[in-house]
Amino acid sequence: MFDKILIANRGEIALRILRACHELGITTVAAHSTADASLKHVLLSEESVCIGPPASAESYLNMPSIISAAEVTDASAVHPGYGFLSENADFAERVSDSGFAFIGPPAKVIRLMGDKVSAIRTMKAAGVPCVPGSDGPLGDDADENLRLARDIGYPVIIKAAGGGGGRGMRVVRTEGALVSSITMTRTEARAAFSNDMVYMEKFLERPRHIEFQVLADGHGNAVHLFERDCSMQRRHQKVLEEAPAPGITPEQREGIGRRCVEACLEIGYTNAGTFEFLYQDGEFYFIEMNTRIQVEHPVTELITGVDLVEAQLRIAAGEPMKIRQADLAVRGHAIECRINAEDPKKFTPSPGRVELWHAPGGPGVRVDSHLYSGYEVPPYYDSMIGKLITYGDHRESAIARMRVALDEMVIEGIKTNIPLHQEICQHAAFQQGGTDIHYLEKRLGL
Amino acid sequence: MDIRKVKKLIELLDESGIAEIEITEGEEAVRISRYPTGGVAYAPPAAMMAAPAAAQAPTAPAAPAIPEVAGAPAERMQGTEVLAPMVGTFYASPSPDAQPYVQVGDEVQSGDTLCIIEAMKMMNAIEAETTGRIAAIQAENGQPVEFGQVLFIIN
Repeated sequence: MFDKILIANRGEIALRILRACHELGITTVAAHSTADASLKHVLLSEESVCIGPPASAESYLNMPSIISAAEVTDASAVHPGYGFLSENADFAERVSDSGFAFIGPPAKVIRLMGDKVSAIRTMKAAGVPCVPGSDGPLGDDADENLRLARDIGYPVIIKAAGGGGGRGMRVVRTEGALVSSITMTRTEARAAFSNDMVYMEKFLERPRHIEFQVLADGHGNAVHLFERDCSMQRRHQKVLEEAPAPGITPEQREGIGRRCVEACLEIGYTNAGTFEFLYQDGEFYFIEMNTRIQVEHPVTELITGVDLVEAQLRIAAGEPMKIRQADLAVRGHAIECRINAEDPKKFTPSPGRVELWHAPGGPGVRVDSHLYSGYEVPPYYDSMIGKLITYGDHRESAIARMRVALDEMVIEGIKTNIPLHQEICQHAAFQQGGTDIHYLEKRLGL
Repeated sequence: MDIRKVKKLIELLDESGIAEIEITEGEEAVRISRYPTGGVAYAPPAAMMAAPAAAQAPTAPAAPAIPEVAGAPAERMQGTEVLAPMVGTFYASPSPDAQPYVQVGDEVQSGDTLCIIEAMKMMNAIEAETTGRIAAIQAENGQPVEFGQVLFIIN
């Protein structure tokens, strides 16, 4: 097992990683920007290194600075968390070339799945169902593209191969708009991702977002840990997630889960990963794979009893996985609310000093947050300040516990989206379950 | 040379009764020796600088001959702080056998090299951005430094 791990991230996930390291007796190094010197995990970490000024590009995205920090502290491994450099294949490569273990899959697998076109091609070959589409990059032949779209059937969506996570996409409903939409998406992609490759897919009108968690070690074992429903979204950002997905049958679960496991073994995947699907009319369609630990991992942890971050550390250290698929079962239901420092109605960010923080508690309540009374939420990073997760024997008890916990939670000094979550818990459609990815925006009138 | 290798050599020296080790690897060489007082220099690259700096003539006529190295508590001195612009290992001289770039009391011009910060096997020269006198050196040779750490005070 590693002696010392450098945590190359911030906020709640950095704290989550620190906790997992400390549980295993691993020393931590907290790499942080100047704005983050008083982050909870930095204060708790044995060592810390300031890696740059507040701007992410000069700190959390600064590869030489992070690797240098690992060097001067003699760390053995680097955990990239989620976001930032966690899915940057070049970073993974540079970390391991510099003699450190990268806690995640190998660089070439990150590269394979980071290119959305090659990921889809790979998944298709592995028997994972995909959205009907161009099955490859779009060329510049307008007639060919028009023909393609006609075959797929409108509406279609143009997506950037280098994008993902809701970025670099455009819906086209009529033939007249196709050619210009492709051009515009290409231009945006070139600017945002330095890659103007685009592809086309059937646009599903009312899908749910259902994703499957996997773990694979370097010794030929891979398991899936069932699914999560992340359909409650605003502007492609997840707001609330749950596990398992309401209405999914054990047969469906086993069928897709098994194909994800086979795909992992096919591509030589190691460590934690998530296969994202759109689900509509009883059919699953693969859209992309995330080669990292995800924000919403706690809901899977609660229904399976598996500590996913600990599993990441063990797999990266070369230990063979002890978990077998037959040992895993869905038990109970878990829901997670992402708590953001933002205006609950206008969604404008609300950084500033947390005058009072009071966490809820009780059976089945888990709080993953780096907040403390007196903490200053900086304006430089995304607004998520914590996650409130509840667990119950059934979905109804998880919702009831969430309602009570949200009422108990106190964050004063900044605005948060707690009122939004309290409202969602009251929605009849949410209580029934199975709402699609457009539900929240429509309901809020956005 | 890999800092971790050097650290291991130091440990070796420490555990054995050896007074001095010199290792050559290709074009790189490292000499680690115990100080005459019996203590072992902990920071590995400091050990690379086994030759004492004592026999150097002061570069500024009115300046004291003995360089003041950090170890003294960092009192709030008057002057401009020179901050580390990156993470790495601080070196006071261009190479192990050379004289330090600056000593306390030296006059420096904007653009003069003050020190090196080594990161990922690359040496980065850190230059003065103001003109003045080195009032204090706040980092030790061979010490890891982080972004924003105070290295020098110029007044």
